[in-house]
Amino acid sequence: MKICITSAGETLDSAVDPRFGRCAYFIFLDTDTGNFQARNNPNAEFQGGAGIQSGQLMAAEGVSAVITGNIGPNAHQVLSASGIDIFTGVCGTVKEAIEGYKAGKYKPASAPNTGAKSGMREK
Amino acid sequence: MIISIASGKGGTGKTTVSLNLALSLNNPQFLDCDVEEPNAHLFLKPSIVSSETVSVPVPEVDESKCTFCGKCAEVCAYHAIAVIPSGERSRGKVLVFPNLCHGCGSCGLLCPCGAIKEAPRNIGTVERGVKGGIDFIHGSLNVGEAMSVPLIRRVKEHIESGKDVVIDAPPGTSCPMIAAVKGSDFCILVSEPTPFGLNDFVLAVEVLRKLKLPFGAVINRSDIGDSSLEDYCGKEEIPVLMRIPFSRKIAEAYSRGEIGDPVFQELRNDFRGMHERIRGLSAKGGRPA
Ligand code: SF4
Ligand code: SF4
Repeated sequence: MKICITSAGETLDSAVDPRFGRCAYFIFLDTDTGNFQARNNPNAEFQGGAGIQSGQLMAAEGVSAVITGNIGPNAHQVLSASGIDIFTGVCGTVKEAIEGYKAGKYKPASAPNTGAKSGMREK
Repeated sequence: MIISIASGKGGTGKTTVSLNLALSLNNPQFLDCDVEEPNAHLFLKPSIVSSETVSVPVPEVDESKCTFCGKCAEVCAYHAIAVIPSGERSRGKVLVFPNLCHGCGSCGLLCPCGAIKEAPRNIGTVERGVKGGIDFIHGSLNVGEAMSVPLIRRVKEHIESGKDVVIDAPPGTSCPMIAAVKGSDFCILVSEPTPFGLNDFVLAVEVLRKLKLPFGAVINRSDIGDSSLEDYCGKEEIPVLMRIPFSRKIAEAYSRGEIGDPVFQELRNDFRGMHERIRGLSAKGGRPA
């Protein structure tokens, strides 16, 4: 099964990036093999629609769960329409997040937990 | 002559300056383009004679024709569409986010399957009214709506050539402000002489220079704060058109919504003089003589 964790860096020791649509990296993990791949978020600098396009990327990648800090309303809509489980409020390192997920520590979020554009960087 | 009034941030007295300028002119048009928070009508109290709703076209996808190829999402410069391919977890879907859609029509043109048609989406209203000799036009954006630029354009379509026009622009320096000031002959930047005021003023100056729009400054509450704004204007050769000292009488009349108050009458002559000066400046591209 493929899942995705939003990450501040390219390794499993990086911190979970609290932003979904504008996170620095997406880490795609195959939970069966433990293999992972970090990908630069191509949508991080978008003025608008970062959450929507990141959500679309998750659907295209066929992930079954997303683990992050905060999800806005638009991203939430795309992910739920894609049947992807959403786990929010996760912090610590990516490795800890994966362990927490495997241990069943997180509950799927049924609603967005932040406003649109909340991941926008202060200029 | 078309004069727009802008400010780098809200609450600098932009509406007071706009209204007083309009009230000092003969049969002008007054356009409140601050469509997110129009408030000039509260002071001017015009009688509204006509009203229209404004809409933008947004795509509607017929999913029975759609192959979920993703072209529409790819082409949308505003990232307003997500295409979800059909897979194990869901059937194929196209999600359109109307709040982000600018109604450009690209997705419909590029869809290879003819699955997209356009439907109008209501974004706000434009009203026109009169008060004394003033031809008053304003737009108000629906609550929660983000698409202010098409509404601002619609307000500006009411401009009649040859008239003196005063445009109250939205605060800030983003797209709505640019849409409002664009095409005017001169822009008045209203600011306060504080460090924050200066910071926003400099941003607005950069935008106006890019737009190649002649402009000058009005310094409101000119007797508070420091001299950094004056110094900056001097250094950058920006003409200071007027200094309005802080006055309790003005503040009180403003908070009562009484723009006809005698305290404003006293200012009218200054505004008439400023208008004359702007006429000269705009002919010279905004540089002081
Ligand atoms: S371009 Fe047309 S066919 Fe392709 S996903 Fe969009 S609506 Fe469907
Ligand atoms: S009309 Fe333009 S802005 Fe709107 S969804 Fe289509 S491509 Fe995007």
